[in-house]
Amino acid sequence: MSKRRTFLFHAGAGTLSVLWLLPIALVLLTSIRSFEDVAANGLGSFPQSFTLAPFGEAWNAGGESRAMLNSLIVTLPTVFFALGLSAAAAFALSRYEIPFRRTILLVMLGGNLLPPQILLVPVSKLAELLGIYDTLTALVIVQVGFGLGFYTFVLQGFMRTIPGEIQQAAVIDGAGPVRIFLSVILPLTRPALAALGALAFTWTFNDLLWAITVLRTETVMPVTPALLGLQGQYVSTWNVIAAGSVIAAIPTVAVFLRFQKHFISGLAIGAVK
Amino acid sequence: MTALATPVRAGTNAAPARAKKRKGLPPVLLAFVLVPLLVEGFWVLWPALQGFYLSLTSWDGVSAPEWTGFGNYAEMFGDPTFRTAALNTLIWLVLFGGLSAVGGLGLAMFLQRERRGVGFYRAALFTPVVFSLVATSLIWQGLYQPDGLINKLLGALGLESWQHAWLADSNTALYAVLVPALWRQLGYVMVLYLAGLKGIDPALYEAAKLDGVTRWQQFRYVTWPQLRGVNSVILSVIVIDSLRSFDVVWAMTKGGPYHSSELLSTYMYATAFQSLRLGYASALAVVIFVLAFGVIVTYLVRAFKEDTV
Repeated sequence: MSKRRTFLFHAGAGTLSVLWLLPIALVLLTSIRSFEDVAANGLGSFPQSFTLAPFGEAWNAGGESRAMLNSLIVTLPTVFFALGLSAAAAFALSRYEIPFRRTILLVMLGGNLLPPQILLVPVSKLAELLGIYDTLTALVIVQVGFGLGFYTFVLQGFMRTIPGEIQQAAVIDGAGPVRIFLSVILPLTRPALAALGALAFTWTFNDLLWAITVLRTETVMPVTPALLGLQGQYVSTWNVIAAGSVIAAIPTVAVFLRFQKHFISGLAIGAVK
Repeated sequence: MTALATPVRAGTNAAPARAKKRKGLPPVLLAFVLVPLLVEGFWVLWPALQGFYLSLTSWDGVSAPEWTGFGNYAEMFGDPTFRTAALNTLIWLVLFGGLSAVGGLGLAMFLQRERRGVGFYRAALFTPVVFSLVATSLIWQGLYQPDGLINKLLGALGLESWQHAWLADSNTALYAVLVPALWRQLGYVMVLYLAGLKGIDPALYEAAKLDGVTRWQQFRYVTWPQLRGVNSVILSVIVIDSLRSFDVVWAMTKGGPYHSSELLSTYMYATAFQSLRLGYASALAVVIFVLAFGVIVTYLVRAFKEDTV
């Protein structure tokens, strides 16, 4: 009886997993097919050819090398500044009696919960006004500003749980707030920072809406919007489009594999409790 | 040492502050709060207020905005595209939200017990979360092509009459776009529910077993009530995600054909940045905000309560 149930479980879960992974497997298979093969046998058929040319095509002629560089230029500073500023705010709000600290925290979190649509028009005009429209700087600032509320909220929740005695010891040693922040609290906050860092990287890297709101020129577009451009450029050249999608997924997959545990605990933040 | 430590234990959380308070806060701490607050205020809160203001104007983005009061909102009543987009957004809320919640809970319960292989199954269902919605859309666009896998499979099953240009048909476009969105969201909701299920005290199930309850009763009287907190978080996440949904639709159909897969978010974007009707677009954004408002407030009240405890 129990043996049968185990078998049924694995059969069910296995089928589900195969179904779930099938689209990904198919993209990988399409990305290594030649155009002639796809054209003659159709997208849904098994590969009759093997070539890595679609990757070269997407990377060079498709402009993905430049887009990938743009993405990293946006994503790395965004993660750094967003987490740095949030950590500083969270530190002050969680460890000291800042006046109105609860209100400040809620206003910040509220800003992050707003539907971004209400910000799109004013933010693009603001960027124009400041002369940074269509630059990666604008995208970084917007991404940092919009993420701050959530990161601050999560980090202060985490920092609150650090016992006061640890900080007290540093105070006795004569450490000021900056020292305490950098050499006591921040190192203890590492797990939360790793989780949020992995999430922030994925969110920023995968973003489409903010990029196409503050950017216009093709040459400054990060990978996600560039993929859409690739699709327009290579209409029905599915092997190149597939290769482009594979390339665009590599950095986030790498971050996911490296920070798997943190990534998943990051996603679950807020669900428990 | 002991004397110093006492006030720390008396005050629970921000204890070190108590001693500091009398001396006043070091200015550097104010900077720690004010700099992030100003960044967010300038780039998020202030633009949001402007958004509300712009919704009461007619604006092409070049000449000065012209005050029109509630003209934009009145226009919506006669705008068939708005009606389609609003209806589709509701369908999206119910189907995308409902199915990902029910499916996510089902998957989490199915894969809850730690046993051999379960890690792989979870990871498989979870993998799509890592991809961008645009990459996801391209993957599924390939599947939906006339010569793509879905039509091939239907052909192999003898269902040739079902074969279809899924994204080009206004009867199926919205649902065809919904599937990839669900493919990605289900794993995410599953992770949230897995975290919630893990938090339930096993003693409760032991007690229930001693009472000889059925599986359904176990779910009804132990699991479900214990998931209350998680459910409210997931509900918020789902509603906010539904209203924000943009990438999948934009990448796959741009709201077409004939606005059949239009959501309020895509319609808002197109109105703003393609038709350059910035006032009307802002009014559409306000509608999205109003739909999300209840959820935002509930979420903040929850966060507020947790913060006081």
